[in-house]
Amino acid sequence: MSAVPLLKVSDVSKFYGSRIGCRNVSFELYPGEVLAIVGESGSGKTTLLSCLSTRLMPTSGVVEYHMRDGQYRDLARMSEAERRFLMRTDWGFVHQNPADGLRMTVSAGANVGERLMAVGDRHYGNIRAAAGDWLRRVEIEEDRIDDQPRAFSGGMRQRLQIARNLVTSPRLVFMDEPTGGLDVSVQARLLDLVRGLVHDLGLAAVIVTHDLAVARLLSHRMMVMKDGAVIEQGLTDRVLDDPREPYTQLLVSSILQV
Amino acid sequence: MNDLANYNFAYLDEQTKRMIRRAILKAIAIPGYQVPFASREMPMPYGWGTGGVQVTASILGPSDVLKVIDQGADDTTNAVSIRAFFQKVANVAVTTRTADATIIQTRHRIPEEKLGEGQTLVYQVPIPEPLRFLEPRETETRKMHALEEYGLMHVKLYEDIARNGHIATTYAYPVKVEGRYVMDPSPTPKFDNPKMHMSEALQLFGAGREKRIYAVPPYTEVVSLDFEDHPFEVQKFDRPCALCGAENVYLDEVVLDDKGGRMFVCSDTDHCEDRRAHGHAGAMLAPAAKESQEAAE
Amino acid sequence: MATPLVVSEVAKSFTMHLRDGVRLPVVANVSFSVRAGECVVLGGPSGVGKSSILKMLYGNYGVDEGQILVEHDGRLVNLATAEPRTVLEVRRATLGYVSQFLRVVPRVCALDIVAEPLQARGVTAGDARERAAELLSKLNLPKELWSLPPATFSGGEQQRVNIARGFITDHKILLLDEPTASLDAKNRAVVVEMIAAKKSAGTALIGIFHDEEVREAVADRIIDVSEFSPRRYAA
Repeated sequence: MSAVPLLKVSDVSKFYGSRIGCRNVSFELYPGEVLAIVGESGSGKTTLLSCLSTRLMPTSGVVEYHMRDGQYRDLARMSEAERRFLMRTDWGFVHQNPADGLRMTVSAGANVGERLMAVGDRHYGNIRAAAGDWLRRVEIEEDRIDDQPRAFSGGMRQRLQIARNLVTSPRLVFMDEPTGGLDVSVQARLLDLVRGLVHDLGLAAVIVTHDLAVARLLSHRMMVMKDGAVIEQGLTDRVLDDPREPYTQLLVSSILQV
Repeated sequence: MNDLANYNFAYLDEQTKRMIRRAILKAIAIPGYQVPFASREMPMPYGWGTGGVQVTASILGPSDVLKVIDQGADDTTNAVSIRAFFQKVANVAVTTRTADATIIQTRHRIPEEKLGEGQTLVYQVPIPEPLRFLEPRETETRKMHALEEYGLMHVKLYEDIARNGHIATTYAYPVKVEGRYVMDPSPTPKFDNPKMHMSEALQLFGAGREKRIYAVPPYTEVVSLDFEDHPFEVQKFDRPCALCGAENVYLDEVVLDDKGGRMFVCSDTDHCEDRRAHGHAGAMLAPAAKESQEAAE
Repeated sequence: MATPLVVSEVAKSFTMHLRDGVRLPVVANVSFSVRAGECVVLGGPSGVGKSSILKMLYGNYGVDEGQILVEHDGRLVNLATAEPRTVLEVRRATLGYVSQFLRVVPRVCALDIVAEPLQARGVTAGDARERAAELLSKLNLPKELWSLPPATFSGGEQQRVNIARGFITDHKILLLDEPTASLDAKNRAVVVEMIAAKKSAGTALIGIFHDEEVREAVADRIIDVSEFSPRRYAA
């Protein structure tokens, strides 16, 4: 158990003019830990995710990241070049809509290989081998390596997006509704895959979802958001089995039982 | 020439030239960087070399000797028109001889004859942004240049190899200039890429519709992008020029009849003529011409 | 340590916000301890809070007051107030749990579900599967089921997978929530035997057993949970 957090979030708020995106959010994320942020649409979970992943600058508060060199860096004080480098090496971002995270008009192999080329890999054979290996790990047949994601199903696209993110062995992955819009059976496969990868690679992850079943399956810890604030947080099964706050109780009681 | 009364020297007004020269100076100072400029309407349509013409007009002086080529040829419509244009509006000397020219405006070729100090090559550029086809957002591509994020360029080459087994890009082949900016050399054949490297001549690029100017100063490193296991190679032709017998030059295919007859000849017409004038003869040079050449020797 | 689990003055209530905030006290002043090698059974009528106590011990339920001290990695951890990541670490290394129902993970086969806790403790996949296979055959789960995800298994089959998963490790403390409820006599006997083995290995066990026969066979001590009724203290 690593004693040092990977991400330190202190009092982060984001306002859109006078409207609140999220407010006063603080937490720490440790290596290998999976945190789910749940809440309904408009609760601020996506705003928070954007603030953590430098896609948005918080209005106030500090997000610090434990760099590979052992130093903590305030993300807001990093240069854009450094942030973008971080985004494509040590971090991943899995979008709800795979088209937002993939290049739809280049092949699956190149989608996976792009990050390697971006960090300076200049050996075609090695890049292609790594891409093929990752396609296999996300259960895409290797003979699809030269097909464009346009020709893939929604589930395959999402798996490809995951492979594209993981090829540089990131330590932290952000996921925004990774199973949104997928059929239930496709969801199950994806969840199992993500669960396995997170476990095998020791990834830390922040997963935004409105689906409590996804949170239960993937996360160690969860935060419940409402109106921009974190109203309840803790061990995932504690929050789901013994919800304290009125809103959390409502959420949990609204889960469809099969 | 009395017609000149209606025009400033070289068509553009002096303020415009000044603006373009500033852009050119900046481009020379930052090799490979695309400098925006206020491209003017020219008396020709976009795509016909309005960028190159504006650059030429801005650097042209009364003592310059101008050569204009299109696909290597001095006698094609575009080349003839632009040459005539500058004769009319600047009354400068023109030539087809590469060695005699001080300014060479070109579309799609670099002359075979090595350029020297004091010469300037002006390229007509349709699309200056090498990243455009992979990343359509200009805001994003500018950021990628600024942050030197060029992984995407290799994605294109990767796709080539994946699809064709080799890098199939044969023209507009991306280069890295002085170890910093990735640049589109305009749609010249990649055959010409090595000529850009450490060239003694100044190379200026003008894109009129896209309003960009960029440059490669003399003696600048220009490296074609590639992979370690798929290194950059130029096209190889399996025969010499049918007219002048030149090898290791870029050849055009010319269809002779409707029965499949064809010949391969130098795309650089001046180079070809010059060689023939010096007695070189290819396999398909007309016998009469051959004899007269032999007689001359 | 001879007493790896000490519970002192724990209280728990639920506030039902969806029912106008009505407060339901569950237990109060829960105090007991479990020694190594001992099996303590929580007794009393249903609804008295036995399962709630187990869930508090495991961290599924929050604790209003009191302490739950476990010996973990050479130090005492108070699970009532521990950080989530500490709770998870205690679960991984020290505190095992056989729940009443198996929570099925899509697509993961029975054998891997059983082997997982061992792998989480650093045992190689091959060795962990081998040990899982031993346990599943001991519990008479037909071999053809091992490679299937247990979602479609019968209640008894799922429960045996769950038991194997709980018993595969050498956690020092093991919580058992009616592990024999859906089992036939033959398999109940196997579980009784497995509990006895855990006891002699020095594991502290605490469980709920409705089956009187099993309870008699395994219990060293029975704690009457109705002793912890909040009403009793309110009065």
